[in-house]
Amino acid sequence: MISREDVANLAKLARIDMSDDELDHLASELSVILDAVARVQEVANSDVPPTSHPIPMTNVFRIDENRSSLSPEDALSGAPASEGQRFKVPQILGEE
Amino acid sequence: MEMSQLLNNGEISSVDLTKAHLERIDEVDGQVKAFLHVDREGALAQARLVDTKRKSGEKLSPLAGVPLALKDVMTQRGIPTTCGSKMLEGWRPPYDSTVVTRLRSSDVVILGKTNCDEFAMGSSTENSAYFPTRNPWDLTRIPGGSGGGSSASLAAYEAPLAIGTDTGGSIRQPAAVTGTVGVKPTYGGVSRYGLVAFSSSLDQAGPCARTVLDAAYLHEAIAGHDPLDSTSINAPVPPIVAAAKDGNVKGMKIGVIKELQGDGYQPGVLKLFNQSLEELAKLGAEIVEVSCKYFDYALAAYYLIAPSECSSNLARFDAMRYGLRIGEGSAEEVMNSTRSAGFGKEVKRRIILGTYALSSGYYDAYYGSAQKVRTLISQDFKDAFEKADVLVSPTAPTTAFKIGEKSNDPIAMYLNDIATIPTNLAGVCGMSLPSGLAEEDGLPAGFQIMAGAMKDDRLYKVGAALESALTKKWGGGILEKAPKLVAK
Amino acid sequence: MALTYEDLLTKYEPVLGLEVHVELGTKSKMFCGCSTIFGAEPNTQTCPVCLGLPGSLPVVNEKAIEYTIAIGLALNCSIAPYSRFARKNYFYPDMPKNFQTSQYDEPICSNGFLDISVETEDGMQDFRLEIERVHMEEDTGKSLHMGGATGRIHGADYSLLDYNRAGIPLVEIVTKPVEGTGKLAPEVARAYVAELRDILRALGVSDVKMEQGSLRCDANVSLRPIGESKFGTRSETKNVNSLRSVERAVRSEMLRHGSLLIDGKRVIQETRHFHENTGETTSGRSKEQAEDYRYFPEPDLAPITPSKEFIEKIRSSLPEKPSIRRKRLQENWRVPDKEMAAMINADVLDLVAATVELGADPTRSRGWWLGEIARLANEREVSAGELPITPRDVFEIVSLIQAGELTDKLARQVVEGVINGEGRPKDIMESRGIKVVSDDSALLAAIEKAIAAQPEVAEKVRGGHIPAAGALIGTVMKETKGQADAAKVRELLLRHLGQG
Repeated sequence: MISREDVANLAKLARIDMSDDELDHLASELSVILDAVARVQEVANSDVPPTSHPIPMTNVFRIDENRSSLSPEDALSGAPASEGQRFKVPQILGEE
Repeated sequence: MEMSQLLNNGEISSVDLTKAHLERIDEVDGQVKAFLHVDREGALAQARLVDTKRKSGEKLSPLAGVPLALKDVMTQRGIPTTCGSKMLEGWRPPYDSTVVTRLRSSDVVILGKTNCDEFAMGSSTENSAYFPTRNPWDLTRIPGGSGGGSSASLAAYEAPLAIGTDTGGSIRQPAAVTGTVGVKPTYGGVSRYGLVAFSSSLDQAGPCARTVLDAAYLHEAIAGHDPLDSTSINAPVPPIVAAAKDGNVKGMKIGVIKELQGDGYQPGVLKLFNQSLEELAKLGAEIVEVSCKYFDYALAAYYLIAPSECSSNLARFDAMRYGLRIGEGSAEEVMNSTRSAGFGKEVKRRIILGTYALSSGYYDAYYGSAQKVRTLISQDFKDAFEKADVLVSPTAPTTAFKIGEKSNDPIAMYLNDIATIPTNLAGVCGMSLPSGLAEEDGLPAGFQIMAGAMKDDRLYKVGAALESALTKKWGGGILEKAPKLVAK
Repeated sequence: MALTYEDLLTKYEPVLGLEVHVELGTKSKMFCGCSTIFGAEPNTQTCPVCLGLPGSLPVVNEKAIEYTIAIGLALNCSIAPYSRFARKNYFYPDMPKNFQTSQYDEPICSNGFLDISVETEDGMQDFRLEIERVHMEEDTGKSLHMGGATGRIHGADYSLLDYNRAGIPLVEIVTKPVEGTGKLAPEVARAYVAELRDILRALGVSDVKMEQGSLRCDANVSLRPIGESKFGTRSETKNVNSLRSVERAVRSEMLRHGSLLIDGKRVIQETRHFHENTGETTSGRSKEQAEDYRYFPEPDLAPITPSKEFIEKIRSSLPEKPSIRRKRLQENWRVPDKEMAAMINADVLDLVAATVELGADPTRSRGWWLGEIARLANEREVSAGELPITPRDVFEIVSLIQAGELTDKLARQVVEGVINGEGRPKDIMESRGIKVVSDDSALLAAIEKAIAAQPEVAEKVRGGHIPAAGALIGTVMKETKGQADAAKVRELLLRHLGQG
């Protein structure tokens, strides 16, 4: 149902390194789970609208005014590395 | 609330009450392992503050000076918030969740952070990256999940109040298997600001306590509109404490959901459920049967929606701004190795499943279809609520199982939530309170009450009535039957 | 052999797709109350929401909705009665949540158009560009790439991230494929962005400074054999930071595509980066496999359902369309198309209008802005609007000239002084001692001095040889340090010598 290669691609999309063992295990576990959850298709007809908010509400806004921000110390408090009040991250390979 | 009275009468100070609980934690938490972090200094400081306020004659909230345990997925400024994960080991948030802000305004004393399944994903607290919490009723058994720490702390008398979060049953199912009370408020009834998101459209924080009335006070203290949460409901909090004190179910229609019984449910659990129904009938309620035929698809829908939303919510954990950073090389390599090391098996499983369910080509068949099933389930509830004022079922199909018993079978684990999940999908409210001890194993089971959106007060009315009847029947609260935990 | 632009157009026709991002000028960010002021110290304008801290939640800025609807109306779009935000999921360190809260299949505005004109040798040619959608999203943080030679991402050792910009409201405006522009494609692209910029400025929704990044353009270009209907493979060019760059980037890509196709090679679908200094593009990220963004409706935000009344209220408060305004100005000033186009191209139209508004003579105002000031702006490689000289300054200078207190020549010195940052016109006249010498007696003294020094020349003039007066006028001008009105000097001199 879901192959090891599928799982490897998904792991790439989700940015999680996985060992071959993990990929194999996941592929078999997910196949079982997908089998079980696929039954949603049995009743999901085209005339049923999908929910995305259990309690319907619309137009929830806030006024365009300033609230105080975190101090830079607080903002950077969890940073694994920082330099010059900025978050320091390793070399980025991908283009913006 | 007895503690509240003692505090008010000056019979005990908050500091002494807090100290007593801290000592209890020292005494038994080595065995129960409910806490990930105990904030001794902070708790005592808060207690001292409350005592001073009380002495000066200041009018205080009913919960002032009462200790509380907080599930470790709620941010508390400066206090380690791990979500049961290695990913956030040692992370101290620079801000308070709204729930914590409200607890502070009520002068509640926060004792510490309780253990849970990693990022709230699980039904047994075995998925915590740190250690499993044990059920005070039987230390070889699970306390439920994902909020096992909160419920265990109540059952072990380490705290009289606790806050949990419920996405598919994570407050109610632990309450059921530990003999305590737990409530999932209407979706949007309690602010999610500062609740580390697992599944955004399903998560809710809620009160946990040993009695319905205690839970009611806690519920009112934390509920209400929050402008920082766009999904929070802008309407007055229902009259919850009043309902808990009222407890009169005469003339109320109680709807038994046909689909949430039968095969898969432990006979002893079902027996207790039916006995509870009889008690309610004796009190003047009318028991009717209702059918919610799409509930059979609820588990499937849940295990598509929740993983999908979590795959997106957990993307922020990338080693760049906070949390774990492991590995060498480029940013991308560090991201990949950190997420590999920082997330546990269940979390990875759900992230991959969710990524799949949202991916192009599969969206309609999986996530899209699941959201349609959700609409059908909401309609089922709507129809059922036309016939009854509240709906009921056993909270969980079984009593507490042994640690390790189901951890290799994901589907068996997921089935623990079969009765609680529909509530989250529809956004309506649900409560679990003790229905008794199952005859097979002498372990607690829970009675689940569900009510329509913003009708949370009904939960407390019916819950209080049942609790009163059962307490009378038992000659005391259910926890009095629990084995006494002492320091080893 | 290198393909020329003309050759290219005999075989291929371009199809354009323009994506413009606008940073809205709201006080606070899209989903939180942090300040949006440009240039603050790093990470001083962040909070749990825009940092994407665990547990944080977004709340929509109502002004951003208002501004977006205004933009949609100004672009003749339909405003959706129901629209939602969606999560666009991908990983990048400048995106705190590793998803961007954006809009997907339910954008707030869609199906509009924008009419523009470009100047051709045969006169103005009109084009209508259709707008596919206008939607809302949030900006990312800013990265500084450290350790490499160019400060760009290639070759950097590490990066430093500032999230002040993260969460600032962005509006994305996307055209439908733009066909039928032929050789004018680069000019059309430029004119489109310029007109869009003027509209946005008139609406007051953004300061639209391309150099500061509050207006960004990505240009999509593809070629197809003339007459074919199927679209060719397109490339997307980013880092287009000025109007001129838009035009150059489109032309450069057309040539690049053309050269490949003519050699029988394939155009790769990719993102390219535009370089100001070379005017060419280099390859960036390959878009062969479109990234799967796994869009789904944002569960943390409620849908937006603007009422008809709300939309009409915004519509009725829209300012005059820039194109209408331009027509009005052109009629008032009685200015030919070519000159209008010149003012628009030099980006001085608003400046001229503001100067005239203050009361200055339109012709003279145009003369200064289009002439001396535009020249000095070009020299400094900036736009006229970026110079320190203001419409009020020009109004004052024009008034002083009309009052006879400045000559054109002296005024040029004053303009230069203002542009150099020495102060306002009056300040410069004082500090540099610039003043028209209009006192006749002073002039006569200088004239007599000059005559005394060059008696032979004076004789020539007395004798009727008027051109000889030039030398004497020159001497007088030197004597008065150029501050005499040359015409006046001539008049007085000739009269003095019996010729006036």
